[in-house]
Amino acid sequence: MRRGPVQKALAVVAHRSVILAFTAFAIFPFYWMLITAFKQNSDLYVGASNTAHNPFIFNQPPTLIHLRILFQNTLYPTWLFNTLWVGAIVVIITLVLAVPAAYSLARLTGRWGERLSIGIFLTYLVPSTLLFIPFSRLVALLGLQNQLGALVLIYPTFTVPFCTWLLMGFFKTLPKEVEESAMVDGCSRLGAIGRVVLPLAIPGLLTVVIFALTLTIQEFVYSLTFISSVERMTVSVGVPVALVRGDVYYWGSLMAACLITSAPLAVIYNFFLDRFIAGFTVGAIK
Amino acid sequence: MDTAEALTTPAPLKAADTLSPRDRRLGKLLLAPALAYIFLLVALPFLLALFLSLTNSSAGSLDFSFVGLQNFKNVVTNPVFLRALRNTFVFTVVSQVLVMVLGNLLARALLKNFRGKLLVRFLILMPWAAPISLATLGWLWIFDSTFSVINWALKVVGWLGPGQWYYWLGDPTLGMVAIITVHVWRLLPFSTVILLAGLTSIPAEVHEAADIDGAGPLAKAFQITIPMMLPILTVAILFGTVFTFTDMNVVYLLTRGGPYNSTHVLASLAYQEGVLGGDVGRGASIAIFLLPLLVVMAILMLRTSRRAEVA
Repeated sequence: MRRGPVQKALAVVAHRSVILAFTAFAIFPFYWMLITAFKQNSDLYVGASNTAHNPFIFNQPPTLIHLRILFQNTLYPTWLFNTLWVGAIVVIITLVLAVPAAYSLARLTGRWGERLSIGIFLTYLVPSTLLFIPFSRLVALLGLQNQLGALVLIYPTFTVPFCTWLLMGFFKTLPKEVEESAMVDGCSRLGAIGRVVLPLAIPGLLTVVIFALTLTIQEFVYSLTFISSVERMTVSVGVPVALVRGDVYYWGSLMAACLITSAPLAVIYNFFLDRFIAGFTVGAIK
Repeated sequence: MDTAEALTTPAPLKAADTLSPRDRRLGKLLLAPALAYIFLLVALPFLLALFLSLTNSSAGSLDFSFVGLQNFKNVVTNPVFLRALRNTFVFTVVSQVLVMVLGNLLARALLKNFRGKLLVRFLILMPWAAPISLATLGWLWIFDSTFSVINWALKVVGWLGPGQWYYWLGDPTLGMVAIITVHVWRLLPFSTVILLAGLTSIPAEVHEAADIDGAGPLAKAFQITIPMMLPILTVAILFGTVFTFTDMNVVYLLTRGGPYNSTHVLASLAYQEGVLGGDVGRGASIAIFLLPLLVVMAILMLRTSRRAEVA
């Protein structure tokens, strides 16, 4: 089984090529957004059949015109604001519902609680594409058509189960002695939760805030279904649906919007990746 | 073994034995709001979806009458629906096979230590972090009929001769190729990080012990890696399958189901009929066809984790 230097070198080259190929595949669309966002229109709209014009590079100096159009002549800033507004309220609702539920499932319920937590886990599997039709009835009944309120009402259907599950796992990792000693010192159970458990759970709570917010920013189907006025759209729908004037795509501004929205999310995801994986794999990894 | 224990953390809840009645009451109280919300906004709408599929309900009014299985009868004889059903399976199976093969390859490559690994991990994760609608928009521009950079590259290397051209989103086959490409691109990071977590969780001592016992690479693969990876592999496959089977984002944004409804999947067709077309009953009956697979996936998920617990 001993390998010579040649095989070793080959293995390194193979490994590097695999990494390089996958990285290129993953980031190419983002590179494309980046270069499109800063290209002049005369550099952008050259038909692909012209092989003399290399579209991968700037053939003319870069420009900021698309960014200026995006922020000054489109509703992109409004969509950003709408998205963060919805996101903030959804985060609050999610915390109010998920934190007590997760604590209860981790500490205060016996066997039936474990069964219940499996039920919550399985609501992961109920897709928005099955629920948007009944929701459209519900939204009409409540008079919430074309209101951001509809999204605030519905978005917790995916944030609450996901975050309850995540937090439950987190609470279970805290030693029970933490509350028990506080309760021996005279705290009630609720007092112990407020004074001892929640401060210890801040990393978990932060994770939940981040995920509720990012899931809200990413959501597309419900927002597409329930919001029809351009000025009330969220980013994920406003950009693909309304950033087209007439039949003309403004690709420069479009790609700038895609990149500006995606990049911060990518950074955030990277920081919280391990907890995110835990949310999907609790039980499957020991 | 109980399924409950399999999915939650391995340590059994000993506290359950010592809970006071007060704690039990508090437990129910803390759980109630979340359960009420999930019941009202997930469970009831789910039942409402089943109910609506049996009515002639439409978007314009709240009146409806009961039509029995008429929607389903109309739907299953419709060629557009049958095409969408077939597309959904092609889309799901091809995407999942590709994601699993590529995801395993990538996860193994990422298991090794190398310079710039953190940067690579960040870059590879980007497709999953970006909002799907915006990421797909980037691909829409890449697949543009006039300005496609793919066509430019193919022309330069001579694959496309003079007068030859690919209309990526204007052709049923190329359309499906584009849809699957984007979906694999999007799902690959998710599956890779989950598989990577599985690979990392196999303790090095297990491999060392096997080496001492003289196990070859094949024996190690079949007797250590695959059995130990099975639960996590299942998680990746099940979530991936559900995400793919029920997805409408990519199809809606890339092709809108076109040309001539040839690239619809069930979810995008349900949207077109139930929301854009306003025929709520019909849309609901199409979406209901997602259900059998979801039920199977739910059962499999419970089963596999139980088996993992026994093993």
